[in-house]
Amino acid sequence: MNKSMKRFRPLFYVLLGVYALITFVPFLWALSASFKTLPEIVKGGISFIPKHFTFDNYRTIFHQEPLFVRWFLNSAFIAVTVTVFNLLFNSMAGYALARIKFPGSTLMFFSILAMIMIPGQLTIIPSYLIIKSLGWLNSYQAIIVPMGAQATYIFMMRQFFISFPKELEEAAELDGLGRFGLFYRVVLPLAKPALAAQTIFIFMGAWNEFLKPLMMMSDKAMFTLSVGLNTFKGQYISFWNYIMAASIIMTIPALLIYIGFNRFFVKGITFTGSK
Amino acid sequence: MAKPNVKRMWRDAVSGYSFMTPAILIIGGFLLLPIAYAIFLSFHKVNLLGTVSYKFTGTANFERMLDDPRLWIALRNTVKYALIVVPSQTILALVLAAILNMKLKYRNFFRVAFYLPTVTSSAVLVLIFMWIYNKNGLLNYFLEMVGLPTYNWLGDPSVALIGIMIMNIWSTAPLFMVIYLAALQDIPESLYEAAEIDGANGWKKFWRITVPQLKPVTFYVVVMGIIGTFQLFDQSYIFSAGSGGPNNATLTMVLLIYQYAFKSLDMGYASALAFLLAVVIMLITVIQRLIFKEEKLN
Repeated sequence: MNKSMKRFRPLFYVLLGVYALITFVPFLWALSASFKTLPEIVKGGISFIPKHFTFDNYRTIFHQEPLFVRWFLNSAFIAVTVTVFNLLFNSMAGYALARIKFPGSTLMFFSILAMIMIPGQLTIIPSYLIIKSLGWLNSYQAIIVPMGAQATYIFMMRQFFISFPKELEEAAELDGLGRFGLFYRVVLPLAKPALAAQTIFIFMGAWNEFLKPLMMMSDKAMFTLSVGLNTFKGQYISFWNYIMAASIIMTIPALLIYIGFNRFFVKGITFTGSK
Repeated sequence: MAKPNVKRMWRDAVSGYSFMTPAILIIGGFLLLPIAYAIFLSFHKVNLLGTVSYKFTGTANFERMLDDPRLWIALRNTVKYALIVVPSQTILALVLAAILNMKLKYRNFFRVAFYLPTVTSSAVLVLIFMWIYNKNGLLNYFLEMVGLPTYNWLGDPSVALIGIMIMNIWSTAPLFMVIYLAALQDIPESLYEAAEIDGANGWKKFWRITVPQLKPVTFYVVVMGIIGTFQLFDQSYIFSAGSGGPNNATLTMVLLIYQYAFKSLDMGYASALAFLLAVVIMLITVIQRLIFKEEKLN
């Protein structure tokens, strides 16, 4: 920054501060509502500090809404399984495309590139019909299996492995490790940064997914938290204290992962070029 | 020597295909097959009662679009939405990135903080904003305080879409900010130094160097923004409880497709709409890639 800009330095801090406020206020407002009593919510006002601080809203949603815990567990199970599948399958496919010469590999690589461009909306209806004919509606696999491998991240892993030093693998091969041993013992442990970036994106994507569970699950017990939250809103219209408490609970796991892994985020975004 | 090579070729083929198998099965069964199926459905009338049956109807589904008033409403909403949201979020993202790129203290804190809305579930964000938008909510309280008119943000058709726009600008701009921030690192420092020798101030450097150098990235951000507006669904669905209301004000293309497919169970027509939407999005993507490539060559 040169001298002419130094004069403006305070202005830039003010701008950053104001925008940080704009970012935080909605979250803080939701958090404060989740600790307020219903009368205080109804009365309105803009106090961020609850007059009568209470945990009752959280207690109520866990006690009176027996399915809430179930929805949370459904979301957690789906998000974790989808993440594990993707880490494994995308890395395997990416590695094969980067390192192993086999008939059809070039065709597969270009098909993967083409798949990335297909917008998800095209496949909504046929996927529903396919899942239905498999008898998978209202089951975990209806969401887990179709989301189990993703073209974008296969491409990302392939790019990662291509720029990976070959010498290590060659040395391991001389030691008599086969392809699979090589992959699990040498390649995967060294791919940690790429796997971490993938973990965040895929976990967040699965945890926040709305349309797929909305379509595939009609049995209330099989809802994920995102769909459950929407039903909850319809059920408790104007009970904003409950709705906000439920929203805060849904935000916490994603938030923890974000705070823990945020340094991998930027790398991942700039790598895939989009979300 | 030929023998071990053949053996190796076989071994590579076997291991290559075993590594690819899970991806081939999933992408084949739940991406490739659905694409073909979607095209098939677009030209058929689908009967879902009992066993699923199809009746070939030629281009009837596509002809029907011409006089479907709700399609035109959804398109008009999308265009309105894109015209406001895309420029706003692009400019906001660029300004934030440019400020963060100056060597200020705590920049990392600000970067992490700004990105927060992007990682929050859209279901949660919509609920939080509905809470802010309600009649006695925070936004109206604030508007009243500074002497501006207040609105029934959730129920008034003339402002409902604006509510979703504000929320989306707020939650999408940080994503593009990160992309801009990465691109800013690639601008050679020497360009700025040369401009300084010529006596350019910070403002001039921003307009004469930063903005033109970022042109390809801006193009990418704008195109991605447009595609994002075409794909808007969660927000409208939760905001309007699936109806696209009040008075169709928040009806989007994907919400319309969802309604035709799962409310009217008209899967053939819904597939035709989805097919058209996909073609438009892919055309935009292809054009973007072609222009992007040319920019890089120049």
